Amino acid sequence: MGEPFIRLRNLRKVYRTRGQEFLALSDVSLDIDAGELVSLVGPSGCGKSTLLKILAGLHGHDGGEASIGTDSNPFDPSRDIGMVFQQALLLKWRKILDNVLLTAEILGLPIRESKDRARDLLRMVGLEGFEDKYPYELSGGMQQRAAIARALVHDPKLILMDEPFGALDALTREKMNLELLRIWRESKKTILFVTHGIPEAVFLGTRVAVMTAGPARMAETFTIELPEPRTLDIKTHEAFGDYSRRIYKHLGME
Amino acid sequence: MPNKFEILQRYVIVIAVHLTFFAVWHILVVVTDTPEYILPTPLAALSALGEENYNWLHHSFATALEIFGGYLMAVVVGVGLAVIFSWSKIVGTAVMPLIVSINMVPKVAMAPLFIVWLSYGIVPNMIIAFTICFFPILLTTARGLREVEPDLLDLVRSLRGSRWQIFTKIQLPGSLPYIFSGMKVAAILAVAGAIVGEFIASDRGLGYFLLIAQEALDTAAMVMALFLITLIGMLLYGVVLILERIFVVGDARIE
Repeated sequence: MGEPFIRLRNLRKVYRTRGQEFLALSDVSLDIDAGELVSLVGPSGCGKSTLLKILAGLHGHDGGEASIGTDSNPFDPSRDIGMVFQQALLLKWRKILDNVLLTAEILGLPIRESKDRARDLLRMVGLEGFEDKYPYELSGGMQQRAAIARALVHDPKLILMDEPFGALDALTREKMNLELLRIWRESKKTILFVTHGIPEAVFLGTRVAVMTAGPARMAETFTIELPEPRTLDIKTHEAFGDYSRRIYKHLGME
Repeated sequence: MPNKFEILQRYVIVIAVHLTFFAVWHILVVVTDTPEYILPTPLAALSALGEENYNWLHHSFATALEIFGGYLMAVVVGVGLAVIFSWSKIVGTAVMPLIVSINMVPKVAMAPLFIVWLSYGIVPNMIIAFTICFFPILLTTARGLREVEPDLLDLVRSLRGSRWQIFTKIQLPGSLPYIFSGMKVAAILAVAGAIVGEFIASDRGLGYFLLIAQEALDTAAMVMALFLITLIGMLLYGVVLILERIFVVGDARIE
């Protein structure tokens, strides 16, 4: 193996507001290889979202090192990021196809090719035939699929997902987990997936990175070795339960 | 989504309720034997239209011009100022509190001042209508422009999107439902503003005509003038509703 695609070393981030200092990240180290799907778990307020914002180039950091990209696989911070949030955040006044095109428009990509690509992506996320619908005509899960297509339309190398299925009901969530694994296999993207759900983290991740709060640091990463391609069956595997238990234990919840 | 039958049903109900209102009015006047100078029947009011000396068209046109002109100014200035405030935080924070204070001044009470400054006529009345109805548009537009999901901003910024892109692709279209909710409130206020202006000093318009008819104790003509004022207001409101239907996607409309 060469150098990792994402390399975080002793990352430190301090927020300053009105003379007050708040240590958001104290010591975060993590390597992610290209094409990995890494789940990131940890208690609320442990700095997961801060980490995503640093990776997205929205925030700087105050210590340590953060680099994305390698010589053979360069990363352009102005266009290689796709983001998916807990809310789909589709623009109400745009049809689904035009919503997917938002990121391509911002980057000024050629519109015709982007449209073709957006249609392909909508097919891939299972929204074929919904191109001309408005967001309110779609269910929560379908809206989130469209948001995923929007994060892929400019063909970024890194997808950052911040609890993307957190607002969905349990059944839809499981379905979306399977869909995400399929999309990940087909698109071969590097994905960092933040979640509160430990079973979800184990089910999706090639690895699970565990952060602890106060002061926020990277505690441990677990490599998840489960039969591929993953199906809902593996949740009944003994190994699946073992991984979950070990992570819960690490977070001090037994 | 209501189907065609339900929509038709709704229209029928609306028309029936209005007709019933006029019928009850008519019957009450007849049964109680109320003299026409107190309250005419709707039909008596309508027959006042036949009086050619009253120059209905001339007065209606003047009032409509004041209402539509003042309203249009309010939309342009209200939305324009809100956009400027949203672009320049300093201007916004400095001027907004003053705007809110001025909004507390009863605009109707300012009308005599406008007459002093601008003399009387169609343009001063337009300006009175404008001052009364521009605040709701400014305030709702400013609010709409502020309501942007922080995560959506992050999404645009992570792709190094510009302030202009955020404004044109997210802020402005996102604020349209708010702009229209302000415009609907303003449509009703604009009518009141123009009539107040005509009451205070004017030589034409339905408000002016109301005073003339009052002196002549022609109550039927006064009621008819009221009908026409209401009709002009409904026309303006209808135009706004149609524009809203065109520009705002169903789900986003603020009822």
